[in-house]
Amino acid sequence: MDRFLYLTFDGLSRGAVYAAFALALVLIWRAARIVNFAQGAMAVATAYAGYSVTNATGSYWLGFIVAIVGGLVLGALVERVVMRFVDHSSPLNGVVVALGLVLIIQGVLGMIYGNEFRPAEAPFSRDAFQLGDVALLSRYDLFVFAAVGTVVVLLTLLFTRTSTGLRMRAAAFAPDVSRLLGVPVSGMLTLGWALAAAVGSLAGMLVVPTELGLHPNAMDLLFISAFTAAVVGGLDSPVGAVVGGLIVGLLLTYVSGYLGATVAPMAVLILLVVVLLGRPDGLFSRAKARTA
Amino acid sequence: MTTVTAPEKVTTNRPKRKRLSPLAVVIPAAAVILALTYALPPFRNYQLATVGAYLCVTAGLTVLTGLNGQLSLGHGALMATGAYTLALMQNRFNVLALGILAAVAVTTVVGGVIGLAAARLRGPYLAGLTLAVATVVPSIASTFDTTFNSDQGLTVALEPPPDAITVEQWQAWLCWAGALVTVLVIAYLVRGRFGRDMRAVRDDETAAKLAGIGVARTQVLAFVLSAACAGLAGALFAVLAQSVSPGAFPLTLSLFLVMAVVIGGLGRLSGALIGAVLLVALPEIAHSIAEDAGSQRLEGNLALTFFGVVLVAVMLAAPGGLASLRLKRNKQKGRT
Amino acid sequence: MKRTAAIVLTAVLLAAGCSSNGKGNSSGSSDTPGVTDTEITVGTHMPLTGPAAAGYSKIAPATKAYFDYVNKNGGVNGRKITYKIMDDGYNPANTQQVVRQLVLQDKVFAILNGLGTPTHTGVLDFLKTNRVPDLFVASGSRSWNQPDKYPGTFGFNPDYTVEGKILGTYVKETYPGKKICFLGQDDDFGRDSLAGIEKILGPVAAKQSYVTSNPNVVPQIGALKAAACDVVMLATVPGFTALSIGTAAKVGFRPKFVVSNVGSDPTTLAKTLGPTGAPLLEGVVAANYLPLATDDANPWIQLYKKVNTEFNGNAEFDNNVVYGMSVGYLFVQSLQAAGKDLTRDNLTAAVEKGGFTGPGLVPVRFSAKDHSGYGGEQLTKLTGGKAQYFGTPYQTDDGDGAVAAYTGTAVAPPQNGIPTAQ
Repeated sequence: MDRFLYLTFDGLSRGAVYAAFALALVLIWRAARIVNFAQGAMAVATAYAGYSVTNATGSYWLGFIVAIVGGLVLGALVERVVMRFVDHSSPLNGVVVALGLVLIIQGVLGMIYGNEFRPAEAPFSRDAFQLGDVALLSRYDLFVFAAVGTVVVLLTLLFTRTSTGLRMRAAAFAPDVSRLLGVPVSGMLTLGWALAAAVGSLAGMLVVPTELGLHPNAMDLLFISAFTAAVVGGLDSPVGAVVGGLIVGLLLTYVSGYLGATVAPMAVLILLVVVLLGRPDGLFSRAKARTA
Repeated sequence: MTTVTAPEKVTTNRPKRKRLSPLAVVIPAAAVILALTYALPPFRNYQLATVGAYLCVTAGLTVLTGLNGQLSLGHGALMATGAYTLALMQNRFNVLALGILAAVAVTTVVGGVIGLAAARLRGPYLAGLTLAVATVVPSIASTFDTTFNSDQGLTVALEPPPDAITVEQWQAWLCWAGALVTVLVIAYLVRGRFGRDMRAVRDDETAAKLAGIGVARTQVLAFVLSAACAGLAGALFAVLAQSVSPGAFPLTLSLFLVMAVVIGGLGRLSGALIGAVLLVALPEIAHSIAEDAGSQRLEGNLALTFFGVVLVAVMLAAPGGLASLRLKRNKQKGRT
Repeated sequence: MKRTAAIVLTAVLLAAGCSSNGKGNSSGSSDTPGVTDTEITVGTHMPLTGPAAAGYSKIAPATKAYFDYVNKNGGVNGRKITYKIMDDGYNPANTQQVVRQLVLQDKVFAILNGLGTPTHTGVLDFLKTNRVPDLFVASGSRSWNQPDKYPGTFGFNPDYTVEGKILGTYVKETYPGKKICFLGQDDDFGRDSLAGIEKILGPVAAKQSYVTSNPNVVPQIGALKAAACDVVMLATVPGFTALSIGTAAKVGFRPKFVVSNVGSDPTTLAKTLGPTGAPLLEGVVAANYLPLATDDANPWIQLYKKVNTEFNGNAEFDNNVVYGMSVGYLFVQSLQAAGKDLTRDNLTAAVEKGGFTGPGLVPVRFSAKDHSGYGGEQLTKLTGGKAQYFGTPYQTDDGDGAVAAYTGTAVAPPQNGIPTAQ
């Protein structure tokens, strides 16, 4: 029972990061009907920028802000310079271009920073609070939950309470009608990419201190988990992304803990297959599709 | 190479533009390759062999993605399937033909399973699923380490070739025999009804269905075909490397394969050839540039960046790929 | 269509050919590939890019720097050493490609210090067929020590079983009656290491493994904590050593850590754990067989630092640099021993004759029957962020041989830092 509790808390704190990452995927999907396969690489790039600033100034928070703002800028840039010109008649094209971006970003990062793992400091202690003999959550885990929670709340407010959010949804769902009604569709698209990339950067900043450190390939495997999380939740649903993230986090930890570390990637694949074949729109899509 | 997809819509009652029979291309190609293997020094022969092995998988992939519209990021894993099958067979029986056949057969079955799932998925979902497939190779090799020996992998028992020819020459023959057979089979298949069905499904599933084409069946078959090709390629790579391990089939391999067929030109066998050549030549060119610049960091990263830039540029400027650049002129000639 | 394709094919192959021709075919008077009266060309394969490149990418440049130092001082028997470093990204398929390029096209004399077990295993047969000396492989696998099957292949690192036995002996003497546990990489490294440990200690109380593709060791550390281990022995690469020690602290589990040489470079660990995590390394026990990068009083370190400043662009000086230069030193010793008339057979025979003394704390074991590298290690303890040797060096074998103290004395480098023929 102790072990179960222990694994559960670890799974939840990992899941929170997957959730943030999945949120970024969902945001772009909602804005542009594209799954951004470059999300991981973009997040790594901004995390590098953030940690460079942190190392230069000694302030984690300055680096944190740089990473998030960097995400906004990079997202907008990618949309304005590249994605805008992709022929979207086939969904393949967007995916392939995103993969090209992955290679470019990883290659450039490797050339600038080298292919070393670079250490990344956490802003809070990672020592877990203990309940009896069981380690539960650390201050850093709480920070992760708070950050992801804040993002979910802000995004929900944006989409349901502001006219910008409404315009973004309109632009994504019915671009032609929206244009006729005076919605700046192209601007909304850029905004969607910028926001999504910023959320991705946040996820990157959150996950890097918990793993091996900064590396051009640091998010390759994370992307698979996040994609699975987004699919489990339904690509359209922010709440689904969060629940999906937690499910994937728990699954990975339980499988590693009870069956062995080697089995975990297979478990993710099986989950993905089951969800895709059983409920291809995700666990949450139906209810959401009606309200969206 | 033959043009397997004509860019212009060929309607049935218009007389078809005369096309070369695939045999008329493959036989001279075989002669050229044979001559080359005698002319080239061993290392170039090895590279030639590698191009042949890559051509097997890119040819299958370009049909799947270009003609049938299914994007697979998991063909590296299918190659691993073929490679491991060959290694296990070789270490047991040491009969190369048997090993290669088994590799193709096993990969065909695995491809069938993935293809069944793939037929129900579209666009990004399929890409994501196959991406996940690409990343489980190390996990499987470690979990069943008594069979696959974990990250360490297996060595492949091979009989040495006859003394009259060098190992590299023999490898080039073997790989190109595989590649040319693959190209021939694919060229005939896509000219026939199967090719028409695939394109119809790619262009409009509903219309294809109305025309009586089994959409799911066509998609599964396309996936199986490309999986068999990947299995053959994997087996050939295992022969080339004399060893198999998860590290030889990383995620980047799967991505590079997609890059190669896209840059070469989707749906064209000539594009598959260009892609296969690029996969071998680019890293070497990048290496010499990096060596001249004296920077270790450039090395692999330069090739990576270059691949990425070319890919994005091709997608934005010439979605038909490098092979289409010449084709456009052809088309004009044909029309006027 | 075919013509375009053929033209492209030829053009690219030609281009690739041109780009690297001119450098390769320099074998002049001598019949031995890669050796002329003025030059010796050797090559290596290393991960310089990709996820496995961390740390390792500094080794080959350090070796090259040492060669440049030797070249500046006249080379070996009037020949300058050219070191070709090829990136294989730790991908065995690339290793095949680059080693063939080195041997068949660049015509190197020997392959030196090729890195990695899965990568190098694949080229053993190829190097044997082409009779290329395959010296000082950078990995602790026991595969390099098969003189009957691979007569030209020689190891460098002490193998993982030898290390396991030495670490096991330390633990047995220091922590009698305590609960000893093990966390290792799920491949030969972890398995051989555990085999060595269990030869000394018997079955460990709990064992866990990790794979590099899953950077979360929370479940494993949790299991070790639940088993109430007093000592945890790690057969981990540096990133996972840091991750394991950090994770243990995170969950309030503070056993004694005993770490394999592979994953114990204090500079790398301290960097990965960061300023807040670095104190966790206090008291960690590991082992090494070369002078420690932080030991400024050691004459070898003084020599290496000098070389590093002058010829290695003053790269950050750590144990990887020490390793790379020690490989260079041993290779120059081998060349000296092979004599003026340098052939591949001479070189292999000279290495088999053995008897090299150098920076290592224990001798290399080379003989006609033994192609494994260093045969022992000495224990280190991390204090104040620096590793320090304690006790005496131990020697043993990968079988059931005893773990015995080595009593030979340390050797100082020659005055000019370049070995002479013995």
